Amino acid sequence: MLEQQLINALSLGSVYALFALGFTLVFGVLGVINLSHGAIFMLGSYAALLLVDKLALPLWLAMLGAMLITGLIGLAVDYLVLKPLRARNAPHLAPMIATIGVAIMLTNITQSLFGAENRRFPQGIIPEDSMTLGNLHVTAVQVGIVVIAFVLMLVLLLTMRRTQLGRALRAIAESPKAAYLLGINVEGLFYLTSFAAAALGGAAGVLVGLSFNAISPFMGQPMLHKGIAVIILGGMGDIRGAMIGGLFLGFAEVMTVAYISSDFRDAVAFGLLFLILLVRPSGMFGKILERKA
Amino acid sequence: MRFTPLVQPLKFISALLLGATMAHAALAADVKLGLAAALTGPAAKYGTAIKNGATLAADEINAAGGVNGNKLVLVAEDEQGKKEEAINVLKKLIFQDKVIAVVGPTLSNSAFAADPIANASKVVVFGTSNTADGITAMGPFTFRNSVMEADVLPVTVRAAVKHFGLKKVAVIYGNDDAFTKSGYDVFKATLEQQKIAVTTTEAYAKGDIDFKAQLTKIKASNPDAIVCSCLAEEAANIILQTRSLGMKQPFIGGNGLNSPKLFDIAKTAGDNTVMGSPWSAENLTPANKAFMAAYKAKFGSDPDQFAAQAFDAIHIIATALKSVKLSAALDKDRIALRDALPAVKIDGATGKFAFRAAPAVAGKQVGYDAQQDATVSIAKDGKFIILK
Repeated sequence: MLEQQLINALSLGSVYALFALGFTLVFGVLGVINLSHGAIFMLGSYAALLLVDKLALPLWLAMLGAMLITGLIGLAVDYLVLKPLRARNAPHLAPMIATIGVAIMLTNITQSLFGAENRRFPQGIIPEDSMTLGNLHVTAVQVGIVVIAFVLMLVLLLTMRRTQLGRALRAIAESPKAAYLLGINVEGLFYLTSFAAAALGGAAGVLVGLSFNAISPFMGQPMLHKGIAVIILGGMGDIRGAMIGGLFLGFAEVMTVAYISSDFRDAVAFGLLFLILLVRPSGMFGKILERKA
Repeated sequence: MRFTPLVQPLKFISALLLGATMAHAALAADVKLGLAAALTGPAAKYGTAIKNGATLAADEINAAGGVNGNKLVLVAEDEQGKKEEAINVLKKLIFQDKVIAVVGPTLSNSAFAADPIANASKVVVFGTSNTADGITAMGPFTFRNSVMEADVLPVTVRAAVKHFGLKKVAVIYGNDDAFTKSGYDVFKATLEQQKIAVTTTEAYAKGDIDFKAQLTKIKASNPDAIVCSCLAEEAANIILQTRSLGMKQPFIGGNGLNSPKLFDIAKTAGDNTVMGSPWSAENLTPANKAFMAAYKAKFGSDPDQFAAQAFDAIHIIATALKSVKLSAALDKDRIALRDALPAVKIDGATGKFAFRAAPAVAGKQVGYDAQQDATVSIAKDGKFIILK
């Protein structure tokens, strides 16, 4: 049972991590907690569903298409909501509240367009292969989630560490004003960040949609709660932290079910999270927060 | 001052309007019936089916001449599946729209919050989908035609045990929802009573998508079947994830599983699921066949249990209204309706229906539950057929 639970934990943790990547990226660069990330995650699975259903695109292309669409939605949210608030130097709470509004709006629009009922991918679209090793069962989708989550994290990490673009983004994270004075196109990179973060959220939505094949307008909200926990745990704005925080939460939840009780799944997972924050208030990798504080 | 010239014509117009309404009332009046349903939000699929079923029944009744010549008018309000909204909606329907009775709310959770308002105002509140224990204990104006789990689940479990020769089962349920939690409590008592061993009991929370941790644990406990007090969509995902873990056990569930949604998602993976409910699409009585055909013709989709129960509820209320001599005093009419309801017997889409007085609370008579037989079904090839 333990081996199977470890696999369950790894795939659940990867979902949380993947969701948290874009969430933490926006905080790291823009200094904004974008609470529409859950709704964008949800839109990712609807976008992929439509591309598969209406345009008969193959799954991988639908995934890229969904990332593009959610990326553009993220860009639009930035332009229409976050930018005006930036321009008037609104207090930190303003973008948070504004993005709650965006999330509710996107959820309601989705519900009125597609109905409150769960939607699912057409039959035969989702690879149903699975591997069986003795008593162990791993599905192709589970493997896909773990691989894609790790690849996306690595790409993001290398971009931030090794490229000119990453350097510019880190400069903005440090101080947008100083970055601007250094000739960095701050506003442009804000847009790029919002685009990339939303695309990552969309990708997470597609993968979750595929792995549980039940797409609903309300799937973003519970994920958002976990996502907030993950990025706080990992250190707000830290990419490695989001990854490790996601995996941690996945493991904590699964092990609670396995060895304590499923009644306490969230209680134990979030209790542990609280304990870790007592020891390391800025999260496991929380340098940006320290600097900002 | 400047508006003075307007006052006279206004008075005239309102007098005219008042006269018109009164003249109308003397001939035939509209009987306003409130409907509080979750039309948006996560429970909207149930609320929409309820509204459709109720609308269909009201239209049929009006087409057949209404209630003693009076037209039945449904006033539908969206309570969003939320307790607070259910309270607001009930207040609006009772005090502002002045309906004679309220059908709803959709979820048991909401009914527990809102029904006391109806009881305090002496207005019938009629649940068509509230199956949790204790709903009708809230007061003498609470009625329901939704059969309680306490009546359905023991029959279901007994049939499943016999069909599969079960010795031990595992249980999984949603622990943060009145409906699934109450279903779990009944399952627990039933399994004890029927002496079926429980290998492990697992819970999940609303919004959970990954049940593999719980299911892996269930798998290790090696049960003969899995009892699932869940809503259809969660159940479908649980069934699918069980199969992907290489588990082949049959499922046993309550009427939360009685939805085509189960098979939309789980397809044939849901085969061998045993479920008990007062309504079945396979139940081919003339009343049910007529209901299903009319529903399909009007809404272009197949009805579910929620539509069937709402459809029957409107017919039950209309039958009671026929024996009420409507006066001009709404308060009196509301109480007269309440007094007429318990005697109603119909043969509806869900079969033969009668009321049964709920157990008295503190020596006082409270509301009325449904007295109805449960149909036990089993899933074969992606649909429920009646288990003989």
